[in-house]
Amino acid sequence: MTEATISGAKALIECLGREGVDAIFGYPGGALLPLYDELYDSDIRHILVRHEQCAAHAADGYARATGRVGVCLATSGPGATNLVTGIANAYMDSVPVVAVTGQVPTPMIGNDAFQEADITGITLPITKHNYLLRDVNDLPRVVKEAFFIASTGRPGPVLIDLPKDISTDEIKFKYPDTVNLRGYHPDTVVDTDAVKLAAAAIIASERPIIYAGGGVIIADAAQELLKLAETVMAPVTTTLLGIGAFPESHPLSLGMLGMHGTKYANYAVQESDLLIAIGARFDDRVTGKVDSFAPHAKVIHIDIDPAEIRKNVRVNIPIIGDSRAVLRSLTSYLREMRKKSQAWLAKIARWKQEYPLSYRESDEVIKPQQVVKAIRSVSPDAIIVTEVGQNQMWAAQYFQFENPRTFITSGGLGTMGYGFPAAMGAKVGCPDRTVIDIAGDGSFQMTSQELATVVMNDIAVVVAILNNGNLGMVRQWQELFFDERYSHTNIAGSVDFVKLAEAYGAIGLREESPSGVVSTMSEALTADRAVIIDFVVDPMENVFPMVPAGAAINEILDPGASS
Amino acid sequence: MKHTLAVLVENKPGVLARVSGLFSRRGFNIESLAVGTTEDPDTSRMTIVVRGDDRVLAQVTSQLGKLIDVISVSDLPASESVDRGLALIKVSADSRTRSEIMQIADIFRAKIIDVGSETLIIEVTGDKSKIEAITNMLGRFGIRELVRTGRIAMSRGEKTVNGY
Repeated sequence: MTEATISGAKALIECLGREGVDAIFGYPGGALLPLYDELYDSDIRHILVRHEQCAAHAADGYARATGRVGVCLATSGPGATNLVTGIANAYMDSVPVVAVTGQVPTPMIGNDAFQEADITGITLPITKHNYLLRDVNDLPRVVKEAFFIASTGRPGPVLIDLPKDISTDEIKFKYPDTVNLRGYHPDTVVDTDAVKLAAAAIIASERPIIYAGGGVIIADAAQELLKLAETVMAPVTTTLLGIGAFPESHPLSLGMLGMHGTKYANYAVQESDLLIAIGARFDDRVTGKVDSFAPHAKVIHIDIDPAEIRKNVRVNIPIIGDSRAVLRSLTSYLREMRKKSQAWLAKIARWKQEYPLSYRESDEVIKPQQVVKAIRSVSPDAIIVTEVGQNQMWAAQYFQFENPRTFITSGGLGTMGYGFPAAMGAKVGCPDRTVIDIAGDGSFQMTSQELATVVMNDIAVVVAILNNGNLGMVRQWQELFFDERYSHTNIAGSVDFVKLAEAYGAIGLREESPSGVVSTMSEALTADRAVIIDFVVDPMENVFPMVPAGAAINEILDPGASS
Repeated sequence: MKHTLAVLVENKPGVLARVSGLFSRRGFNIESLAVGTTEDPDTSRMTIVVRGDDRVLAQVTSQLGKLIDVISVSDLPASESVDRGLALIKVSADSRTRSEIMQIADIFRAKIIDVGSETLIIEVTGDKSKIEAITNMLGRFGIRELVRTGRIAMSRGEKTVNGY
């Protein structure tokens, strides 16, 4: 008697179930017909997007909000290439995503068949790993490996290319219990010698500062970070992706550093004698001119990815490992530490008082910063997602985040159009949370077709558009560095966002008065449906403070600062 | 400064593209690359000669290590390893010059592997300087074609890159 067999398509669905996948974001097509036929009977929720790019962003938003692997699905050729931006975005920000693409049948691969694209070749530089399945018997192992690779070590996207004939070939299904990859060993052992060196450096330091990145959130190490900071009494600044890793209401918090970071964070880094970098990669938006970054500081760099050590800056004490494990170990060597950084903390407190984040309020026109603060006041526990540009920076500066996984933003790639689909994914992953996309009118128009998706799937996200009628960040650079020559950045009057929302069956609201911002925001939150709010804001407002590209991070522009 | 790396990789389609793509997109300079199977049919071995300082070497090593299909990366310092490359040189040779060319080949312990009425093909094995030396010597006879393999290298003594 022969064992029962199932198709490759059915086996894939079975594998996804074994991995605990409860939602997939996708778009069907010819090469995926067998798989979609199996999905028809599956319990896994499938969210039909309107553009594959948004399937990838939604999977990414889902992953960042939940900590679980996000899954997206697209057909061969254009479906697969449409995923590329989303995959690159997930790669740059170390987000665990598994992307499954349809492919033409194996005998046709390489023949320029209809809707054929070499997606494994195309995504080589933007995936942690990828697979082209050529034998259905490899399928369970490959799926198991893909989820393992995506979610362990430094997470990242993994792509599985599934030729149509493989999805109809039959297999005796058995899901492997373990993976066996000779070239991949994500478990790290904490190097206690390095940790002891770091502890000694911390004890010897007079002006320590902690610089925390997205790795702290990925490693679930916010508690350990808090413990370290309070043990050492060291101030904490975060990167854009590190926002939420440390409560910004805490007296030791300096908010974000870098190009649009707080002045006091940047000053503190520049004057520190010990920089403790945790799960951060010294991006150019953080360091400014690299040679002038933290010039007096010894550098401790804790990262799970050995390739990040000394990639951009000199490092005195590297510690390879999971942030949580390293921080636990490090703090254990500091229990007896004598807190002696009082003069340093006093200096920082003075900077905080002298150089707060500030903007000029107005009675006539809504200031975008005011909208961010209003959102915080009516929905402090929301998951905030952003687009890219000024909206993103104002959200980062003014919301005051307290918890990990509450701020979701495209950092490395800086993908306009990311926020709305990522918010959709976050809401699917966390249906009981309020999810708000703080958007710009430019970014939102890049993926606004997903209004159809959120309405048809009852995904109640709120999009707060800071509508300044401009591609604001580019306009700001033109104002500051290109003699106010506003080349192709004015997009005022593009569309009536209220009517656009209503056309899709969502709720559209508009607010033009500073006095109405809070009430309009509150109204949006009571709807329990997708809502688009068009906040008509000051078109000329700029993001400050600002470190011009290539300058040292204490060379700060802040023309409006009130002191 | 040059470094010779021995890279053990999974013997799977596309691995060479992963490795060479990594070098080009990260701006590392490959001087030589050779790839072939090993004593284990599931494993291939690449010998990569890369130019750069110690920081570049560390980056190359750790970036290679991140590739899932890369099993191990070992640095083979020149003093502790041997390396060889192979070249085939088609050189113009007539009845007047043939014996002199054969003598040069002899001195370099190279082999004549094809004799034509107007040409000889010489096979020479050795390190880079030896191959360059014979190439220079043969230059005046007229080199019509030259093909070289990438260098392959191995640690001296009992040390192996696979740990056996």
